[in-house]
Amino acid sequence: MSIFLTENSKVIVQGITGGEGTKHATKMLAAGTNIVGGVNARKAGTTVTIGGKDLTVFGTVEEAIKETGADVSVVFVPPKFAKDAVIEAIDAEIPLAVVITEGIPVHDSAYFWAHAVAKGNKTRIIGPNCPGIISPGKSNAGIIPADIAGPGKIGLVSKSGTLTYQMMYELREIGFSTAIGIGGDPVIGTTHIDALEAFEADPETAAIVMIGEIGGDAEERAAAFIKANVTKPVVGYVAGFTAPEGKTMGHAGAIVSGSAGTAQAKKEALEAAGVKVGKTPSETAALMREIVAGL
Amino acid sequence: MDLYEYQAKDLFAAHGVPVLPGRTVETADDAAAAAAELGTAVVVKAQVKTGGRGKAGGVKLAENADEAKEKAGAILGMDIKGHTVHRVLVTTASDISEEYYFSFLLDRSNRTFLAMCSAEGGMEIEQLAVERPDALARIPVDAIAGVDKAKADEIVAAGKIPAAVADEAAQVIVKLWETFVSEDATLVEVNPLVRDPQDKVIALDGKVTLDENADFRHPDHAALVDERTENALEAKAKAKGLNYVKLDDGQVGIIGNGAGLVMSTLDVVAYAGEKHGGVKPANFLDIGGGASAQVMADGLDVILGDPDVKSVFVNVFGGITACDAVADGIVEALKILGDAATKPLVVRLDGNNVVEGRRILDEANHPLVTQVDTMDNAADKAAQLAAGA
Repeated sequence: MSIFLTENSKVIVQGITGGEGTKHATKMLAAGTNIVGGVNARKAGTTVTIGGKDLTVFGTVEEAIKETGADVSVVFVPPKFAKDAVIEAIDAEIPLAVVITEGIPVHDSAYFWAHAVAKGNKTRIIGPNCPGIISPGKSNAGIIPADIAGPGKIGLVSKSGTLTYQMMYELREIGFSTAIGIGGDPVIGTTHIDALEAFEADPETAAIVMIGEIGGDAEERAAAFIKANVTKPVVGYVAGFTAPEGKTMGHAGAIVSGSAGTAQAKKEALEAAGVKVGKTPSETAALMREIVAGL
Repeated sequence: MDLYEYQAKDLFAAHGVPVLPGRTVETADDAAAAAAELGTAVVVKAQVKTGGRGKAGGVKLAENADEAKEKAGAILGMDIKGHTVHRVLVTTASDISEEYYFSFLLDRSNRTFLAMCSAEGGMEIEQLAVERPDALARIPVDAIAGVDKAKADEIVAAGKIPAAVADEAAQVIVKLWETFVSEDATLVEVNPLVRDPQDKVIALDGKVTLDENADFRHPDHAALVDERTENALEAKAKAKGLNYVKLDDGQVGIIGNGAGLVMSTLDVVAYAGEKHGGVKPANFLDIGGGASAQVMADGLDVILGDPDVKSVFVNVFGGITACDAVADGIVEALKILGDAATKPLVVRLDGNNVVEGRRILDEANHPLVTQVDTMDNAADKAAQLAAGA
C-alpha cells in the first residue's frame, strides 16, 4: 500500500505545456509515474512528447478523465489561473488534485476549498504551494526528487518542501511508504491530520514523521488527533524556534502572531501527545532510527 | 503587507465605509494647517504599524490649530514600540456615544473566513477575547456566499449591537466585506467602530493587511509600500527579488533554499551559538529553487552588507536545485564581489549532484570558503567563526 498515491494511479498534468509542467512531467515519468495526458484548453487536441512518451493534451480535466481514466491531477498552472484550474478539477470530480503552484492569493485558495466542500469533498486537494506526494518505487505526483530515498516503512508528512527532502535524505536507509508535502500556505487542502489518519490505516507504514513549522494551530490539532487516534509511533520536528513575532518567513502561513503558533507551543503539544520531538532534523532522524530499530 | 491607519481608511472610503475627514501630514506646521482647514476640534494620531498608540501618548485631542501644531510636534519623531513616527493623521474629533469592535479575518483552522463582532469595542481585542469571550461573536463566513445584508444582520445580532443602529451597522459591514474581498485583504479590523450622538456608524480606526500574492491584480497596491520604514537591507533585498528578513542581535548570515529548511537552519545555528558565546542567526534568506550565480551573488551582497554579520552559512539541500549550480553560483558570486567579500563562508551541500558541487568548491579553493558535510557541523563551524571574529 501507501497513501493517496499508488502504482495504479493514472496521472494528468494541468499546465503540462508550461515550463514547469514540462520539466516536472519529464522527471515524474522518469520516476515511473504513469502519466496519461495533460490539460491546456488552448492546446486541446495536440500531442506533446515528453521523455519519449507521446501525451495527448486535453481541453478539460473532464475530457482527460473520460479518455484516460485519470484519477490524479498535478497542477502547475500559474497563480493567476490556478483558481479556475483547481475548480475545473473539482468539478470533474478527480479523486486527487496536487496543487504545486506557489503564490496563489489566499482568497482564491479559500474559494476553491469552499467549492470542494460544497461539492461534497469528492476531490482530495494537496497543497497549494507544496512539493506534492511520492510513494517511492510506485508513483510520484509533484516535484519531490525521486532519487533521495526508496520504498520503506516510514510515512512522512510535512509543511515544508526542502525539510521533506532533508528528512527523506536523513532516513534514506530505511525508506518511505509515502512522503507528502502539504504546503505552507494559510489555507491548504490535505492537513497533517488527514495524512496521519491515512498512515495509521496503511499496513505498509510502521512509523510516522511529522514536520511542522510556526504559524497557525495545525500541529496542536494534529497532536490532539495523535493522542486520540494514532497507535503507530510518531516522531515530530518543528521549524522556527528563532523566528520573531510578526515577520513572515517565506511561507505565507509561517508567521507568529501574539503567543499563538510558536514552535515551543507546538513542541509541547506534540510531546504531551506522546510524540518524540527532535530539536534538529538530524536529531529527529536519530529518534526515528531508534524507533524503527525497536519495531 | 500591513497598512497604516490612514491608508486603511482611504480604502474604506473608496468602498463607501463611513470615515471622518482627515489629512496625513509630516510636520507640525502642516498639522496646524490641516486643523485650520478642517475647522473643528481635531485628533492628532501617530501613524505607526503597531498597537497601543493611545497608551504610548501617540493620540492627542487638539481644540484648535495652535494646539494641533503643539501636539503634532510632540508626537512626530516619537518612538512607539520601536516604530518611529514619521506622519500623523489629523482628523475631525467626533462625539462618541458607543464603541464597537468589528473584523473580518482568515480562519486558518477552518479554512474559511471569520467575522468577529462585539458591542464592547475600544479595548484591545485580545484582552476582550480572554476576559469576556461571550461578548465577542465569531461568525464563520463562507468564501463563496460572502456577506450580504442578511448575513451582516446575523453578525450584528450576534455581536449584540443595539437595535437602534443595527441596520446601519449591517450596511457598514457589507461594505467592509466588499473592501476585504475586492482588495484581497487577509485582515480588515475596525476598533472602534463608533456610534455618534446622531446614531451614525463610523469607522474611527482601521487596520488592514493585504495579501501580497494578489499584487498581480492590484497594481495600485504598490503605492502603499512605505520604503522609508523598511529596514535598508530588507529594502535592498526586496529590490533584487530576494526573500529576506533581517533579525535583531545576530552575527551569522544565513542563505538557504526553501522556507522550511531556512527556518530550521536559523534554529540549528542558534543552538550551535549557545556553545559559542551566544551568537545568533542574523537573517532569513531563502534563495528558492533556482540558485543561479546571480541570485547567489545578490544574496551574498545583501548579507555581506550587514555590519552585524561576522560569518555566513550557506545551507543547501539540492532537491530540484542541483548542487553543482549552487557551487558555481558561490564561485561566481565571490568573483563578482571581489574584495567586497571579506567574511568567512561555511557551505554545506547535500542532495542532487552533491559530488560535483563539492568538487567545484574544492577546486576553486577560495580562502574564505569552508565546506562541512552536515548541517549540524556546518552550523557549529559558522557559529565558531562568528564568535571568534
